[in-house]
Amino acid sequence: MDKLKLVMIGNGMAGVRTLEELLRIAPDLYDITVFGAEPHPNYNRILLSPVLAGEQTLDEIVLNPLAWYARHGITLHLGQAVTKIDRIRRTVTAADGRTAAYDRLLIATGSQPFVPPVPGADLDGVLSYRDIADTQAMIEAARTHRHAVVIGGGLLGLEAANGLALRGMAVTVVHLGEWLLNRQLDPTAGALLEASLRQRGLDFALGAQTAALQGDARGRVHAVRLQDGRELPADLVVMAAGIVPHTSLAEQAGLLCQRGIVVNDTLQTVTDPRIYAVGECAAHRGVAYGLVAPLFEQARVCATHLAQFGIGRYRGSQTHTQLKVTGIRLFSAGDFMGGEDTEAILLSDPAAGLYKKLVLQGDRLVGVCLYGDTADGPWYFELLREGRALGPLRDRLMFGERACQGATPAQAPAWREAA
Amino acid sequence: MTETPSTCPYCGVGCGVLIEHDGQRITGVRGDPDHPANVGRLCTKGATLHLTAADSVQRQTRLLAPMHRTRRGATPHTVDWDSALDTAAERLAAIHQQHGADAIGVYVSGQLLTEDYYVFNKLVKGLLGTNHIDTNSRLCMSSAVAGYKATLGADAPPCSYEDFAHADTVFITGSNLAWAHPILMRRLEDTRRARPQQKWIVADPRRTETAALADLHLALKPGSDVALYHGLLHLLLAQGLTDAAYIAAHTTGFEALAERVRAFPPAETARLTGLAEDDLRTAARWFGESPATLSLYCQGLNQSASGTDKNAALINLHLATGQIGRPGAGPFSLTGQPNAMGGREVGGLANLLSAHRDLANPAHRAEVARLWGVPSVPATPGRTAMEMFQAAADGAVKALWIVCTNPAQSLPDQAMVRRALERAEFVIVQEAFATPATCAYADLLLPATTWGEKDGTVTNSERRISRVRPALPPAGQARHDWAIATDLARRLAARIAPERIALFPYDTPESIWNEHRETTRGRDLDITGLSYALLEEKGPQQWPCPEGASEGRSRLYGDGVFPTADGRARFADVALRPLAEVPDAEHPFSLLTGRLRDQWHGMSRTGLLGRLYGHEGLPAIDLAPADLARLGLQDGDLVRVASRRSAIVLPARASEGLVAGQAFLPMHWGQEVLSGQDAQGQALTGVNALTTSAFCPTSKQPELKHAAVAIEKVDLPWRLSAMAWLPAEQALAVREQLRPLLAAFAWASLLPFGREPDAQGRVGLVLRGAAASPVDEARLAPARALLGLDGPALLRYQDAAARQDRALRVQRDADGRAQLQAFWLAGDTGGEAWLRQLLEADTPLPGPAHLLLAPSELARALVGEAAAPASPQVCTCFNVREDAIRQTLAGCAGTPQERLAALTATLRCGSHCGSCIPALRGLVRSVAAVPQGPGIAPPHRLGQVADRFQTEATGQTGLP
Repeated sequence: MDKLKLVMIGNGMAGVRTLEELLRIAPDLYDITVFGAEPHPNYNRILLSPVLAGEQTLDEIVLNPLAWYARHGITLHLGQAVTKIDRIRRTVTAADGRTAAYDRLLIATGSQPFVPPVPGADLDGVLSYRDIADTQAMIEAARTHRHAVVIGGGLLGLEAANGLALRGMAVTVVHLGEWLLNRQLDPTAGALLEASLRQRGLDFALGAQTAALQGDARGRVHAVRLQDGRELPADLVVMAAGIVPHTSLAEQAGLLCQRGIVVNDTLQTVTDPRIYAVGECAAHRGVAYGLVAPLFEQARVCATHLAQFGIGRYRGSQTHTQLKVTGIRLFSAGDFMGGEDTEAILLSDPAAGLYKKLVLQGDRLVGVCLYGDTADGPWYFELLREGRALGPLRDRLMFGERACQGATPAQAPAWREAA
Repeated sequence: MTETPSTCPYCGVGCGVLIEHDGQRITGVRGDPDHPANVGRLCTKGATLHLTAADSVQRQTRLLAPMHRTRRGATPHTVDWDSALDTAAERLAAIHQQHGADAIGVYVSGQLLTEDYYVFNKLVKGLLGTNHIDTNSRLCMSSAVAGYKATLGADAPPCSYEDFAHADTVFITGSNLAWAHPILMRRLEDTRRARPQQKWIVADPRRTETAALADLHLALKPGSDVALYHGLLHLLLAQGLTDAAYIAAHTTGFEALAERVRAFPPAETARLTGLAEDDLRTAARWFGESPATLSLYCQGLNQSASGTDKNAALINLHLATGQIGRPGAGPFSLTGQPNAMGGREVGGLANLLSAHRDLANPAHRAEVARLWGVPSVPATPGRTAMEMFQAAADGAVKALWIVCTNPAQSLPDQAMVRRALERAEFVIVQEAFATPATCAYADLLLPATTWGEKDGTVTNSERRISRVRPALPPAGQARHDWAIATDLARRLAARIAPERIALFPYDTPESIWNEHRETTRGRDLDITGLSYALLEEKGPQQWPCPEGASEGRSRLYGDGVFPTADGRARFADVALRPLAEVPDAEHPFSLLTGRLRDQWHGMSRTGLLGRLYGHEGLPAIDLAPADLARLGLQDGDLVRVASRRSAIVLPARASEGLVAGQAFLPMHWGQEVLSGQDAQGQALTGVNALTTSAFCPTSKQPELKHAAVAIEKVDLPWRLSAMAWLPAEQALAVREQLRPLLAAFAWASLLPFGREPDAQGRVGLVLRGAAASPVDEARLAPARALLGLDGPALLRYQDAAARQDRALRVQRDADGRAQLQAFWLAGDTGGEAWLRQLLEADTPLPGPAHLLLAPSELARALVGEAAAPASPQVCTCFNVREDAIRQTLAGCAGTPQERLAALTATLRCGSHCGSCIPALRGLVRSVAAVPQGPGIAPPHRLGQVADRFQTEATGQTGLP
């Protein structure tokens, strides 16, 4: 009998991971067709920064070579953006007009950079930082130009800035927040990060808003003007002010979208049970995730349902942050800023570039912010996610998992030896 | 570099020192090989004198200019000498006119030179016309004086140090010789090596290092000394060991005494003293049968409400057995201060007159009046130390002139003493240092010269007069004590008795000494045969040395003639009297006080050196392990120790040397190092907050050695422990700035630590505190700042909600190796002990610095440090600790002598000053050699590099 048809729109990490999970548990259930807007097989988007930094090559970051698609009999259309979903006929149509019918549709269109509406955003030399094309463009620009301005001091922006600096450009990061990674770090850690990035030659304009991008006669950007009047020379501007879920196709197909394609705990769109959505384009319980770990969790759950096992629920993810800038270790999760009803435990060794902050609520860890030494990050993250009661661990918590193994040894009377 | 011969300013042994200097700076000190008292040796204290004279130390701690306080509690401001002395003269004259001479009290010191003493004595008795001058010798030797006078007729120790070598039995009673007079212990050790048959009996309630070395330790009950001596006399009589011929020929009053001691048979004596009858018999036999018996005694007898009786009852034994006036025989009172003897010679006490003359004797008064050229000298005895301060507290004494002593540390019943200092209208403190607690009460501070600057003479325990010579000019504007007294005397005379200005013509110490010498003509201490020139030429001389004599007398009473009316010595028929404070249900413990090996008295000088806290670095109260357990205490738990007068808080510690019911506190721990604030906001004033001012009716010496106290655990859960290396130029000044902050705690102690001279120019401070609830940050921040524990570079762990605040200051070298420079532990202070090890060891930290911020034991585990607690320091000169000694001893076999020699050869402990040799002998006894042992352990000497003794070991050693 004929296999069911599964069509996937988007060829990124979340979607392909879903296929991998599906093929593992139900290898023969579907004829699978994949449309990818980029001309590349699935690659590790997270590793674009090392590529930009010259630490890895494009080949090295490919996750699923074409052979993989072939081996699993997946029909792959690269460079084919889907332009239309016909939910009545259950077909999708690509830019070149070819169509594919589906019994199940998986939307994994990911997200797109948010480009602030500033004058001059359309000038040559103004890029965003999303895919291999952007990355190659930046590498090319770094070869031929001197001054770069990165707009946005978030994770992506700092990774871009670091990469460009390593490729010899004079980089200034323009950031709206008072400190770097203000969504991921507290001010102290942000300051430590700024210091170590400045040591690497990066420059920063904090608490600064871009007024306009100014172009030269040939229509290429040559300066960034800030609201406070400052002008920064720039023959490359990278927009890294955030991302927005890529939902235009879904909206056009009449699927409910609110800050992403709204899905339920089985990753089905609430509008059409034949249609699933995973990844940065999906909004689950009001949250569209931009980090890889939750997307993989979604993939696992989604796959079980596509496999018709009907088991597994996705209930949302606790996320944590890491910056992929070589030599800089930072980690944060939960309510690391703390507030009225929380208590903070602090440890710092400024000379060693070390800072740790644990935020407790009652007897539970609710936030963590680590800078300089993130070895225990995952362990704290686990404590935080499980909301485990700390009890006697409190005094040792700051010193990590190793310190908290085994009971507290009795303390010798200290003063005696001092006598 | 030149070397100036002088003497050590500490105890009464009177060691000669050679001061190495360049005229500007004192660079070294060594024992004077030609001085008969010490033949080149010095103890831990004497051997570090040059370090206390270091520029940095002096700059931070000396009183360098006259200062005046406009009101109590205000910061004093500098004034010039003229206005300072005029102010003093004005105020004293005014009080003299308004309230009479009785309203003025002058309280001087056994650390003054004979010349200083002479002028002060003349000032009070010749100018003011009262006898209200007394001295801290009252706390020290007055019972010995009274004891000698009551029995032998004069205040003259009949023996010499050379008698140590001739004695067959040495009876050490009421003295921890090994710690209080280490150089004399070296002499005894020499004898014991030469004549192993010499027997040592030590009578002391505690098993001190001295007692541990005895052939017989009589651990008598506190205060039962008279019972012991009477009991021994009873046995001597019973065993026919008394010398009837001597008694008949040279004494009176034996019958009455013999009658009395019948009531002290062994059984009864055993009951009274807590000793075994057999031990009493052994002691009596050794005392009576030995050809020569020498008694050595000190504060254990003197500092007692029956101090005179204890002295006299001991001397009875010598008279009854004829153990006196012969080589190696006699009752030898050891002096506590360098010149208590000199002070007594010039009559510088409220009940004495010049040259051992008696106040009560009209003829004596007439002689003195004639010598001074005044119509008369007052007959009424003046107020003694305790009476003087009590009178001030009661308002009768309006002016106190305190010279070269620290009553706010050293007098008993500090509550009363502080009342006196506060109530007195005018307080002059004439001092070399600005740091003693008493300075805080002064209206006028007069800067005096001190060791290395002073010029004159002192007399030591064996009646030997030595020249004290200056190596340096006076520091800052400091002046000699005699010169200040002379100048002020003239200004005062001009106001109250102009005709007596002429009484003070002095322009040199020698001119004073010559006048003093004349007063001794024909007296028991006649020194008319001596002169500065002769002392210069022949070196130190013993008195008497009358005109025409070729040299001083080393031994008295060889002819059996005593300086009494009938030439006979008198037996003292003294009753056994109870302690001033018998422990009762409310105050069940007997608090005993005593000395530490490496500190001296109030520590105004020894307390300036970190290295002298190496042997004992924590003010704690010692208890018998059984009592500790009974009170439910762990080593180190804080206790409240309360006497009937006042209370202090400090850690308790187990000591094997104590029997149940006894507690021990060093006499050194004053408010300067041990304080805090009680619930009423009163500052805790150290050991003498507890002691009693009850004194001996005859000698007026207070019972500093014993008080009844209650001891209870206090719950002060919040702890602070901080240690910091600071530049030597700042540490001691910082210490002074920290002192006021101690009031923030219910218990606080603040001491230096370190190994001066430190190669890195550091001195350490250690601050400990406790409180019932966390002390607020506002009060702690200044202390942290002073210790260099603030600023952005600190390592810090803070859990505000859990009241944990820990900070570290580390120094990182180029390779990122970190050395700990300071730590601050508030909340959990459990890590102190091993953090201190890391701080004191000049080695890189064993692991990532920030892990040291973890809770104590955890941190050690994380850093992977072997959890060995710091072993106690035994040898201060070379900083050798007990663990290293045990390790080494395990590896060397042989006789005790051989093992000790091997130990000294390997680790060098005991090879410099020898003060630790008694402790080393103890370890040799207790640590067996392991036959196939690990061999000789590597020396364990932290901070050796910084140890100048390594390069400048003088070769003077405690061993052959």
